[in-house]
Amino acid sequence: MIKVEHLVKKFGLRTAVNDVSFRVEKGTVLGFLGPNGAGKTTTIRMIAGYLPPTSGAVEVNGIDVVADPVAAQKQIGYMPENTPLYDEMTVEAFLNFLAEIRGFAGADRRRQADAIIDKCMLSSVRHQPIETLSKGYRRRTCLAQTLIHDPAVLLLDEPTEGLDPNQKQVVREMIERMAQNKIIVLSTHVLEEVEAICSRVMIISEGRLQVDSRPGDLKKRAGGYNTLTIEVVAPAAEALQAFAEIPDVAEVVSLSSGSEKQVLRLVPKDRQSLAVRAIEVASARRWLVTELRSDPGRLDDVFRQITITDDVGRKTA
Amino acid sequence: MDMLSHGRAIAKREWSAYFNSPVAYIFIVIFLVLAGFFTFSVSGFYEVGQADLRSFFFWHPWLYLILVPAVAMRLWAEERRQGTIELLFTTSVTPAQAIAGKMAAAWAFLGLALLLTFPIPLTAGWLGRPDWGVIVSGYVASFLLAGAYLAVGMFTSALTRNQVISFILAVVLGLFLILAGFQPVTDLLSQWAPGWLVDGVAAFSFMPHYEAMQRGVLDARDFVYFASVTGFMLFLTHLVLGNRTGR
Ligand SMILES: Nc1ncnc2c1ncn2[C@@H]1O[C@H](COP(=O)(O)OP(=O)(O)O)[C@@H](O)[C@H]1O
Ligand SMILES: [Mg+2]
Repeated sequence: MIKVEHLVKKFGLRTAVNDVSFRVEKGTVLGFLGPNGAGKTTTIRMIAGYLPPTSGAVEVNGIDVVADPVAAQKQIGYMPENTPLYDEMTVEAFLNFLAEIRGFAGADRRRQADAIIDKCMLSSVRHQPIETLSKGYRRRTCLAQTLIHDPAVLLLDEPTEGLDPNQKQVVREMIERMAQNKIIVLSTHVLEEVEAICSRVMIISEGRLQVDSRPGDLKKRAGGYNTLTIEVVAPAAEALQAFAEIPDVAEVVSLSSGSEKQVLRLVPKDRQSLAVRAIEVASARRWLVTELRSDPGRLDDVFRQITITDDVGRKTA
Repeated sequence: MDMLSHGRAIAKREWSAYFNSPVAYIFIVIFLVLAGFFTFSVSGFYEVGQADLRSFFFWHPWLYLILVPAVAMRLWAEERRQGTIELLFTTSVTPAQAIAGKMAAAWAFLGLALLLTFPIPLTAGWLGRPDWGVIVSGYVASFLLAGAYLAVGMFTSALTRNQVISFILAVVLGLFLILAGFQPVTDLLSQWAPGWLVDGVAAFSFMPHYEAMQRGVLDARDFVYFASVTGFMLFLTHLVLGNRTGR
């Protein structure tokens, strides 16, 4: 378990992380979202025992990271931002080095390094110097490094940043495969990623935790959530009126209006689902519904709502 | 436990980093060529007709002044430039372990270069009957001197991500440590500075200790001196790294 309590980090006068508290349980993939400079990296570095907090406490599996970073780090696999690696080493030499650091000696060390090379699909590049690797292989090598001692906690700082869509997919699949029985904290500003692999999402902005929720719940906060778009064969005026009479509908907007077909947008009063009532209304009047779309909510809308309001709030304050 | 295994893993990595790049070979060749050149051509080893290695060891402080910072400059600056320092210090390695490992590797490397000068004492043995005790003591002094320079270079390397800056700082510090006790300089200084001040500054210098050991005098105080300079510089390195990582 990760326990973070009232974590604060100041760099001179700038407060990079401002009173952040949260807990993460085993089996969770936590997506750490936020715009650039929000404080994601700084928070993760404090959990990893690299930066000391200005105040507050961090515990990993019951070990106080500030008091005993060495013991805590044995529980953690950490992939820093921008994939720093010893460029002149080969993949194999690098992973052997890390296996040795992580406490494997002799034949054990080689076995462990080989197992990780297999698991992370690095066999084809094992003798290559790291500086000659493509970005995708480089990222996988760094990911392999985090796994070598089978840690309970993985901290991944922007694991898919700068990869092409195929490479991203590979890295994501690897993360998903590792997710059981571990805690994974990954930072990103790619929202689709959070939807794809995270079971929990936190949004941080200007060093403060703004949202802590499940990706599905978060989407419901989107402005357009459950807005219904309906295409129906019906007379224009009657359709407008009939749908507006549904109790949960706040507003009906005509998107296009032909002599036969109407395209309408139904905005719910309070994010309720409107599909069932809309179909009832249409079938009662024997109107043919040719298309029906409910807005599932978009994370980037929520993200923008949260992180921009915050900006504006500061300006007016 | 970790101290040993982590130190050894890091030392091995550093050692192969030297030999995986041309740096090691270039360094060894330059060191041997310069050592030979100064000994035989500049000091006139053959002409003097003495079967000792004075003229050989005399030049070491000056060779090391340039060459050791070149070996040391990458030790930390490169970790910081590549960002691997973050990787290193989040895998349960402590600064003390990393310093020990790097120091061991680089010092062993300098020791190897020094051992490869063996044809020079062999030549002396072939020319006459040298005092082998003095020669061994000279090698010990040179090795300790190299270690002290290395610790200076390690410290300046930890200060910056730029190897060139690290190199220049190390040369300047090393120059001070030579010149503070270099006879021509102390003679000049004593013309206008009080004697105790000149002696006080000179006490920091490599030179009196190095020269005494070269003459074959193995005094515990000289060992203590080299151990203190090296230890103090490593301590400063630890302080700098601790500040960076908050330990
Ligand atoms: N070592 C540092 N010294 C000074 N300021 C820093 C340092 N590291 C980060 N910051 C500042 O702290 C804030 C948060 O940065 P960071 O944690 O890197 O954000 P993120 O990872 O979310 O993009 C930024 O304003 C950044 O400029
Ligand atoms: Mg970041």
